[in-house]
Amino acid sequence: MNVISKFHGFVASSSGKSGPASLPAEDISTNSNGPKQDSLFDDDPEDLFAEATEEVSLDSPERDVLLSDGPSPAITPITPPTSVITPRIGLAHDDMFTHSSFDEIEEEEGGDSFDIHIAVSDPEKVGDGMNAYMAYKVTTKTSLSLFKTDEFSVKRRFSDFLGLHSKLASKYLHIGYIVPPAPEKSIVGMTKVKVGKEDQSSNEFVEKRRSALERYLMRTVKHPILLKDPDVLQFLESSELPRAVSTQALSSAGLLRMVNKAADAVNKMTIKMNESDAWFEEKQQHFENLDVQLRKLHASVESLVCHRKELSVNTAQFAKSAAMLGNSEDHTALSRALSQLAEVEEKIDQLHQDQANADFYLFSELLGDYVRLITAVKGVFDHRMKTWQKWQDSQLLLQKKREAEAKLQFTNKPDKLQQAKDEIKELEGKVQQGERDFEQISKTIRKEVSRFEKERVKDFKTIIIKYLESLVQTQQQLIKYWEAFLPEAKAIS
Amino acid sequence: MQEGLDDGPDFLSEEDRGPRAVNVDLQTDATLQVDISDALSERDKVKFTVHTKSTLPNFKQNEFSVVRQHEEFIWLHDSFVENEDYAGYIIPPAPPRPDFDASREKLQKLGEGEGSMTKEEFTKMKQELEAEYLAIFKKTVAMHEVFLCRVAAHPVLRKDLNFHVFLEYNQDLSVRGKNKKEKLEDFFKNVTLLRITPDVDDFFEHEKTFLLEYHNRVKDASAKSDRMIRSHKNAADDINRIASSLYSLGTQDSTDVCKFFLKVSELFEKTRKIEARVAADEDLKLADLLKYYLRESQAAKDLLYRRSRSLVDYENANKALDKARAKNRDVLQAETSQQLCCHKFEKISESAKQELIDFKTRRVAAFRKNLVELAELELKHAKVKGLVTVRSPFIVKGVTGCLCMRKRGSMRRYSGLKTVQ
Repeated sequence: MNVISKFHGFVASSSGKSGPASLPAEDISTNSNGPKQDSLFDDDPEDLFAEATEEVSLDSPERDVLLSDGPSPAITPITPPTSVITPRIGLAHDDMFTHSSFDEIEEEEGGDSFDIHIAVSDPEKVGDGMNAYMAYKVTTKTSLSLFKTDEFSVKRRFSDFLGLHSKLASKYLHIGYIVPPAPEKSIVGMTKVKVGKEDQSSNEFVEKRRSALERYLMRTVKHPILLKDPDVLQFLESSELPRAVSTQALSSAGLLRMVNKAADAVNKMTIKMNESDAWFEEKQQHFENLDVQLRKLHASVESLVCHRKELSVNTAQFAKSAAMLGNSEDHTALSRALSQLAEVEEKIDQLHQDQANADFYLFSELLGDYVRLITAVKGVFDHRMKTWQKWQDSQLLLQKKREAEAKLQFTNKPDKLQQAKDEIKELEGKVQQGERDFEQISKTIRKEVSRFEKERVKDFKTIIIKYLESLVQTQQQLIKYWEAFLPEAKAIS
Repeated sequence: MQEGLDDGPDFLSEEDRGPRAVNVDLQTDATLQVDISDALSERDKVKFTVHTKSTLPNFKQNEFSVVRQHEEFIWLHDSFVENEDYAGYIIPPAPPRPDFDASREKLQKLGEGEGSMTKEEFTKMKQELEAEYLAIFKKTVAMHEVFLCRVAAHPVLRKDLNFHVFLEYNQDLSVRGKNKKEKLEDFFKNVTLLRITPDVDDFFEHEKTFLLEYHNRVKDASAKSDRMIRSHKNAADDINRIASSLYSLGTQDSTDVCKFFLKVSELFEKTRKIEARVAADEDLKLADLLKYYLRESQAAKDLLYRRSRSLVDYENANKALDKARAKNRDVLQAETSQQLCCHKFEKISESAKQELIDFKTRRVAAFRKNLVELAELELKHAKVKGLVTVRSPFIVKGVTGCLCMRKRGSMRRYSGLKTVQ
């Protein structure tokens, strides 16, 4: 799928709204995830696709080329990796894009065979002591033309993943895209690994993290916009990546993030939005409920994992005890049967352990991912509120300026009047922009939410089926073991 | 005690009678049949209705019932233990005290937490707890009944007068439980003598070594099996909560997603019921069996102790006789006392031998029965669970070999020795 065609789709007014719509012209910087100040309404953002859009016309062949799956050699969205990206399309070209619509893009997505698979593997410890870290091999297998080769791999460390997420979040969250959250940091877990404890819990930790990183990447590339993002491409392809230092928990950037988060929370409470769109209200409520329910479910599943592990341990202990009992029993047949029982229980304990792992990796982690994802979704709704607030603020400012100008009309200060008129013009532009931003983010959110819901259903269905398969397997094993034991028990005389 | 948990007369159904005497392989004798036909749970007491059918002339009627409490059972047991005439028999172990504390605590916690869960969840958990209470109740009834049946089946004990009083006297027996001092005495009795005296008789020497070791191991196995079953029940409880959560997710609206969740919730509910039943069966067939033989092996040890004590008495009497003969004083007295001790010792040894052989036979039969039943039940449940999962609307094609288990490589246990391979 072609990047440009996607952007054209978003630009078009599918719901029949008049007037141009475009992606917001926010200058998105990569060094902060917090709320943006007004200075971000930069008048001269880097216009990435300005040249590209000029080449598009209403002629069908080119449009077909754009909307088709194959590569479009004339249009390549390449920027130097570390530059600031502003996905903005010039206002003047809006009328050209009214033909492609959301619906067509939807169909495209449906027919698209999503052909990319990422594996995270081979965790290895690099370095020693407190500066040590785990390096993971990230292997990508794909037939998409977006990439240079079909299969390639790179080495990445955890902070690289966090850096990628932070970049994506700062670029896309504010315009309404649901960016999958990165796996959580764990100071305790990492310290154990660094210190070099080669025991089961640190191995489990590494495995849990490896699996989480894999899911994170797969989720990120499943998002059609994020897949094309140069940062993502660079992450997957280039062998060297600049170290993302601002992701350290205790760094100044980290502290700034925490402060911003707190400020966010306060701001959220003070924004009172007139919700004119029932869809949003309904969806927000829906996500609140979902959040509560999923958290509860997650807690129950975690408890199940814990108890199953306990069951496994206790079964192993019982097996040993039964073996001892069998040893001291002086009736030979009974003694043998008891030893057999011990063996069966020993095997069953391993089954329980495996089942607990299945419970965990399939079920519990999925739920944890979704709890975090829903937080991201709620964040996106919050951004919409903020965008609305900004629009309202600039509207109020415009009104004030207009009143001031009216007053100035009666005084004899032509230069001040001119200045006022200039300011008003500027503000009018801002208000218009604000309205467009708001509409754009609302549109994006609608689309994102529907995509999210589809993904959610798919994810859950797949996982549940896998989980059930594991249950069936366990039962079959159990049957085998007990069937083997039964004749031994019957042989006691 | 909450309402609805006082159980009325029609509490024990016919089909429950069969498996009750499961831990002991008893011949039912028409001349004396004892059972517990009814039980009532009241605050912190349980009242058992002991029902007797007998053709023996000792009783006034052929069929009669009395109400007894746990303390009266203990009194009867202790009276056997203290009776010198029964020194040579394995006294059937006393039934354990009915213990509803854990269940009561849970019920209380549930009541306190009522506000924090939905109505469906609350009713479900309440039903669970009531079922658990019921199970404990049935178990305690079974254990009291087994005790009485063992006594009734024993050729000598069944003729005991106290036993007949217990069965027939329809007023309160006004017994007092043992106080702490007496319980401590009981405890110390056994520890001392059994280990020191080596035995001339090979049979008893072997039995002594065997019983000491066996008793300890049964104790360990019983404790471990209890823990295992408790974990199993905890896991089943968790599955219950998961099913409830899924149900709430599914009832949010009527989209496809929600229908999906409802179906999954149903599946988990079914799975949970089966898991709970597996745990209950393991409890019944395995844990109860081990607990019972823990008590019986203790009773067998007590027998050996009594025999050792009588041996010591016999040896002391011998020494006294030698001394008396040497001093030529009170010789007749010493002779009669020595003869008495000798006779007592021989009597005990003879009956003890038979008792211990019977014990072994009973034990082997009980283990066999229970292990076979355990395996059959586990198989049945595993098959049902497999079917329930496979037939669920999610798995369309038959699922046999394919599965998605995580690779075990990094998850292997590093600790713990595998003794049985």
